[in-house]
Amino acid sequence: MANQTNAPDAEERISVATQWQLMWWRFRKHALAKVGAIVVILFYGVALGADFLAYSDPTFVEAQRSLLSPHGIQWLDEGRFAPFVYGLKGTRDPQTFKRVYVTDPNQKYPVRFFGQGFEWQLLGLKTDRHLIAVEGAKAEEVLFLLGTDQLGRDLWSRLMYGTRTSMFIGLVGVMLSLFLGILLGGISGYYGGSIDTFIQRLIEVIRSIPTIPLWMGLGAALPKDWSVRQVYFAITVILSLIGWTELARVVRGRFLSLREEDYVTAAELAGCSQMRIIFRHMVPSFLSHIIAATTLAIPAMIISETALSFLGLGLRPPAVSWGVLLQDAQNVQALAISPWLVIPTIPVVVVILALNFLGDGLRDAADPYG
Amino acid sequence: MLSYIIRRLFLAIVTVWAITVLSFVIIQLPPGDFVTIYINALQSSGSPISFGQAEAMRAEYGLDQPMTVQYAKWMGMVLRGNFGMALAWNKPVKEIIGDRLTLTMVVSIAAIMLTWTVALPIGIYSAVRQYSPGDYVFTFIGFIGIAVPNFMLALILMYLGFKYFNMSIGGLFSAEFETAPWSLAKIGDLLKHLILPALILGLAGTAQLIRIMRANLLDELRKPYVVTARAKGLSETRVILKYPVRAALNPFASTIGYYFPYVVSGSIIVSLVLGLPTVGPLLLTALVAQDMFLAGTIVLMLGVMTVMGTFVSDLILMWIDPRIRMEG
Repeated sequence: MANQTNAPDAEERISVATQWQLMWWRFRKHALAKVGAIVVILFYGVALGADFLAYSDPTFVEAQRSLLSPHGIQWLDEGRFAPFVYGLKGTRDPQTFKRVYVTDPNQKYPVRFFGQGFEWQLLGLKTDRHLIAVEGAKAEEVLFLLGTDQLGRDLWSRLMYGTRTSMFIGLVGVMLSLFLGILLGGISGYYGGSIDTFIQRLIEVIRSIPTIPLWMGLGAALPKDWSVRQVYFAITVILSLIGWTELARVVRGRFLSLREEDYVTAAELAGCSQMRIIFRHMVPSFLSHIIAATTLAIPAMIISETALSFLGLGLRPPAVSWGVLLQDAQNVQALAISPWLVIPTIPVVVVILALNFLGDGLRDAADPYG
Repeated sequence: MLSYIIRRLFLAIVTVWAITVLSFVIIQLPPGDFVTIYINALQSSGSPISFGQAEAMRAEYGLDQPMTVQYAKWMGMVLRGNFGMALAWNKPVKEIIGDRLTLTMVVSIAAIMLTWTVALPIGIYSAVRQYSPGDYVFTFIGFIGIAVPNFMLALILMYLGFKYFNMSIGGLFSAEFETAPWSLAKIGDLLKHLILPALILGLAGTAQLIRIMRANLLDELRKPYVVTARAKGLSETRVILKYPVRAALNPFASTIGYYFPYVVSGSIIVSLVLGLPTVGPLLLTALVAQDMFLAGTIVLMLGVMTVMGTFVSDLILMWIDPRIRMEG
């Protein structure tokens, strides 16, 4: 418990603290979980501000600039802080006749923060401000922080938009699974008996089916003429149709143990309706567990979407997600020529770790006996 | 005990049924019936079939009848071992997937074996030497194992192997054994190639099992009977291995049932990256080409084999854990 040392004062504080306060105190002591929380918040920040953080139009195709290696920003110009980028000059390699781009030291483009770039929209507001912008040329033509892909699209900007898609597909998918999980797990745990047995068997059946082949089959069957939005929604539904089982198990376990509690019996005797008992008395006492379980379910969603899109059966271009980006890195030959294409693995790994740490911390904090 | 086996068997049968329905749905999902697709495929390869032949095929599969009848007809064919034709190869599906299905299972089972043999000693070590440097190293590797999806791990390892050792680490056979008939040398070659995919596939599961084993064993080690055993003068290895490890093993074994489908599932995508001759790459090409009989059969066979594997692991669990045997 927090501050057990300064005795009566602290003890009193604990005895009157709400459940959420207790949880927060326990959570604060968990260093890794706090780091995880910060990283997750950062990632959702990137997801929200993707338009602002990107500097190039993610769909801007320029075959001339295909597979450019990353070019950093030069921070100092003749000893003074004045960030700029060099222009690129295309020449032919005299031996291979391949078009290669070299930096042109005579051409300098100053980099401006909060400058102007391509136009974007948020909630009906149009703006062209970006965190990074280039003066004197289009950012699409000179700024390549992480290089470009086969079609000459800027990887950094696409990564920002990919983060948005992947982070939100995780969230939306988990929300859907959560709905199914609470509904079916709740019914299972609250009513017990043959309904419980049926739902438990159903969960076991679903869990013993290998998921990826099934997802591949369903993903491939989505009509080719569906819009990006429809495919996005369909993929989310496909993923959550299988993802709900774990959450249902947690909910059911909680319901089963709470059903026997005295205060539930008391509420029943006092004539509360079933809905009131469930939502007013039972749900608040295990909400924290649900939140922890939900956090731990998001990584699985993100990995699944990434895997499906990586195979080309998930989201389809022009949608951008981490999996779609990694499609370019599918074979070793491509990687050997342009290793930067594998960069999208980094955010995937980082965010999965962070969500795991956060979820573990939340689960420990939510468990009063932990 | 018998009723436990019967219950498990019943569940396995229900699961297989669910898988057949899902596979059928996958076969049915693309627009148009497969006879149309089949005819198109034949026409594009220059050997069109006549209208009468097409009608005969439609009648054979019952395509003019309701879904339930079609399902029943398809099931009847499957039960007789007829899985339809694979369009791109113009060969029966059975011929194409036979070997690959075996290799899928070989890779999956190898991954599980490796998981056990690695996770068990490390889990014991981490619990007995809690908070030692070794424990921290394994915890760290464990986190990596959980956070890096296996296909990405495969991708990265392949890239590193290519870049720094200038070798290709994909495939399950060396070039000279690729088409050779089975022999002892070929099996040896397979085993050599199997280690890396098995490691990649098993890493996430190994990490989780180490965590479970460590936590379980730590709980057991704090119990009074361990102190008693020590006080009686048993050697340290005996104290640990004889009782707490055995008790900690039970929950360890019960996760196998869920672990097997997970590994089979993972093997599909890892095979694609590493170019292993399992059903994984076949499934992807079949799905992209809308070769639905092939795709549906692969999903069906993978599902059925997974259910069989799970059933076997349930039996093993029963053998390990007397509580299940006694409950009846």
